[in-house]
Amino acid sequence: MKEQPTYRPPRWAERLLEWYCRPELLEDLQGDLIEYFNRNVQEKGIRAARLVFVVDVIKFFRPYTVKQPKISHPMHNLTVLRNYFKSAARSLGKNKLFSTINILGMAISMSVGLLLIAFVADLKHFDAFHAGYDRIYRVINTWREPGEEPGQFASTSILAGKRIRESAPGIEEAVIINRGFNRDLSVEGKKLPIKGLWASENFFRVFSFELLSGNPETALKTPYSIVLSETAARKLFNSADATGKTVDIDTTRYTVTGVVRDPPRNSHIQFEMLGSLITMDNRMQAAQDKHWLSWTNMWNNYVYLLLPEQGDPEAVQRQLQVIADQENKPGDKVTIDMHLQPLSKVVIGPSLSNELGFHIQELLILVLTGLAFVVIVSACFNYTNLSVARALRRSREVGIRKVVGASRGQVFLQFLVESVLIATLAVVFGYLMFLVIRPGFLGIDAHFSDHVTLRPALQTYLYFVLLAVGVGILAGIFPALFFSRIDPVKVIKDISQLKLFRHVNVRKVLITFQFALSICFMVAVGIGYKQYSYSLNFDLGFNTHNILNINMQGNSPELLKREVGELPEVTGISASMMIPSVGETYSATVKYQDPMDSTYLYFNNVDENYIPLHEHELIAGRNFRPAVADSTDDREIIVNEKTLQRFGLGSPLEAVGKELAIEGEKVQIIGVIRDFHHGKLDEPIRYFAFRRNPEQLRYLNLQIASADMPATVSRLQAAWKKIDAVHPFEARFYDEEIQRAYAELSAIIKIIGFLAFLAISIASLGLLGMVVFTTETRLKEISIRKVLGATEGRLIFLLSRGFLYLLIAAGAVAIPLTWLLFDRVLFADIVYRAPIGFIELFSGALAVIGIALLAISSQTIRVARANPAETLGRE
Amino acid sequence: MKGTNLGEFEELVMLTIAALTTEAYSVAICDTLEKHAGRKVRLGVVHAVLNRLESKGYIKSTLGEPTNERGGKRKRFYLLTNTGKSALVRAREVREQLWNIIPDFVFKGLIG
Repeated sequence: MKEQPTYRPPRWAERLLEWYCRPELLEDLQGDLIEYFNRNVQEKGIRAARLVFVVDVIKFFRPYTVKQPKISHPMHNLTVLRNYFKSAARSLGKNKLFSTINILGMAISMSVGLLLIAFVADLKHFDAFHAGYDRIYRVINTWREPGEEPGQFASTSILAGKRIRESAPGIEEAVIINRGFNRDLSVEGKKLPIKGLWASENFFRVFSFELLSGNPETALKTPYSIVLSETAARKLFNSADATGKTVDIDTTRYTVTGVVRDPPRNSHIQFEMLGSLITMDNRMQAAQDKHWLSWTNMWNNYVYLLLPEQGDPEAVQRQLQVIADQENKPGDKVTIDMHLQPLSKVVIGPSLSNELGFHIQELLILVLTGLAFVVIVSACFNYTNLSVARALRRSREVGIRKVVGASRGQVFLQFLVESVLIATLAVVFGYLMFLVIRPGFLGIDAHFSDHVTLRPALQTYLYFVLLAVGVGILAGIFPALFFSRIDPVKVIKDISQLKLFRHVNVRKVLITFQFALSICFMVAVGIGYKQYSYSLNFDLGFNTHNILNINMQGNSPELLKREVGELPEVTGISASMMIPSVGETYSATVKYQDPMDSTYLYFNNVDENYIPLHEHELIAGRNFRPAVADSTDDREIIVNEKTLQRFGLGSPLEAVGKELAIEGEKVQIIGVIRDFHHGKLDEPIRYFAFRRNPEQLRYLNLQIASADMPATVSRLQAAWKKIDAVHPFEARFYDEEIQRAYAELSAIIKIIGFLAFLAISIASLGLLGMVVFTTETRLKEISIRKVLGATEGRLIFLLSRGFLYLLIAAGAVAIPLTWLLFDRVLFADIVYRAPIGFIELFSGALAVIGIALLAISSQTIRVARANPAETLGRE
Repeated sequence: MKGTNLGEFEELVMLTIAALTTEAYSVAICDTLEKHAGRKVRLGVVHAVLNRLESKGYIKSTLGEPTNERGGKRKRFYLLTNTGKSALVRAREVREQLWNIIPDFVFKGLIG
């Protein structure tokens, strides 16, 4: 009486045995182990039996049981490989349509991959030219205050830099940079604006900027020293040989102590000149400026550390914490923490405020990589889909190969070689496409091409090849597995036994995925564009049309006003400190009666013409009065409604005349203005005020009524030239300024739009291939149906029906998903959002489905119209 | 004559094969050895020895018919080859000759 062996040993252990054991020993050994297993199940129970089985399988791994690795002759391998190439080439040539679809689809997707690789390679090369690249760290700050999100800043305080230099061991150098050194330099009556940085004397010990002349050790040591870039030197002196000469800034004389080669494009630190920081330091300390060395003055300064070889960043980090703990006094509202950031993380890194130079968010790279990957995978699906669909035709070849003696591994390798070959062909076409789309990508952002060339280095080409091989393997692995599993006996005897249609569902899922992806992209473009145009056309609560903002660049407002006011097209002139609604903000703390209750008041300094010119609605009180000559009375303030609510100032009429304290100074409310959007639309309306401080006006706002804007602008330019010959005319229409404020959104829409185009192309190509295949295999069926009386329309529907369901399924998945993504994640933080409507959600999807239908019908109509006599007659 | 020498365990395995006649397959050999030699015999050891003996040409093997036991795997039955038989006989002769020249008193009292 034997019990039926209902228990099985662990499957994986059996597989392991099958894998390593010589085939001639395998069967009886397996049998022995199973016999013992069954015995052990009876005697010791299932768990112990399994354990013994596994242990035995491992113990049987002995020299005499293990397969010898096959060592075949290298020439033989070469012959086999050549045969793979040959059959791959033949198979390519035999199915021109499928090959075209595969290569084209892969090429399209890979062009994006190449672009991304070239982009990341460019970014990774940033700053790498510094000799101490691996040892340079930047000190970044975290600003914390109660009730606010902590702010991450790339900048730090001068004090932090000085403290680190004095009291932190384990650091070779600490260089301090201040970015406020954009001045007009005059040489022998010639005056030029030059952009520069203040830098401490050890600048050249940390950074490997090449000095053409001058001593790197002493160039920035003494006050009133300047190091010019080569270009700046040529502009000022008509030669790079400027060391030892002098330049004047306002009334101060500086000595040129060196000329440095222009910072390379791939440096995040860019400058036309460097001034010795000690100049600034002495001046500020002489003026007893408390702000200069204040712990919280961390907006304009950067500290870079050079650690010694084998330096310990963590020890330095601890030192930074010690310094911060000393400087953050108990009872301070604001605390600042310092952290080290390696130089390699400066350009591609976390999002920080106050970046010194070019910066790309790490997250953006990740998202782009993700999207590119998805597009590439989508193209791989085409290959997989079409290969498996065509298995019927190629399985005989595989059968014969196997009968002749090909092993599973060899067939597997053959198909992988084939797909890698196709991917390699595709990468060549992809490279051409990359060359075509490169200028477009560089043009997405105006400043992009200043930093990024997208010209691949030799090493980058290696990554291109790797991409091709990777894509080839990704696309080919499933077909290769499929074909290598084919049982030759079955295929040769009766091909219909092939379990082809087991994979039908997989193929359907892949197609649905591709179209869902396309629809996602399209809907994203729709929603994004709606938000973009919504932002541009949003009623901000004041007028922005036909207003030209001129950056006065330090010139006298009165002089400029007089000059431009003479043009008849200029119908109104006002002046302001900044341009609201485009992302720029100025704020100050404000209190009412309770000295403990303060908040931030956002403000703009304006003149008396600003409010009427921008058509702001004054709901109570009065506007500023025209300034009396020599009066700098800035005690008057016009606030918005939000501010009244914040401090409980009552109705607008009641509020007029009440007093607030801004930064401790009393100001009087003389008017109340209707709330308007002074920030970008992703922020709510906050407490806002107009102040008047004629000292701080930086822009002229011109109301222009002109039929020929370009002519007017060039006439304004001529007027500007009369007053300021040094600085170029800088003016922009308000609406254009707003457009620039949302340029990021527009860039993202362009990228997503491009990806949408790619995804649709790839999906449609794949669909076309599948339709061709299906219609071809059903040619006979269709002909017989036709003979029996089916109408053309009926046949087209019959052939298209399956695909239609897939498209609808794709839409049903993609539309809600994209909507959720935008509603809950991407646009969740934007306060003023365009409502996502029916049109945005469905027009994109319909367009995709329309294109897909076109692909389907192009084939089905052809087949449905075919003469059945011809098809059937061929037999 | 290197290679014709039999190890002790090899000899035991071959004797077991001979004793089991046509039913000598790995698990049965293990069981029988365990019963008669009174010691724990590992399958892995027996398997290795069988493999070695076969490569020396002392035994030969054939696969039996598949059955429902053993997960449908066939058994490998072992038989002694003529070389194997003669090796066993020679081994026994060597021993007997040696036994014969041992004076009786050596084992006096042990063998009764």
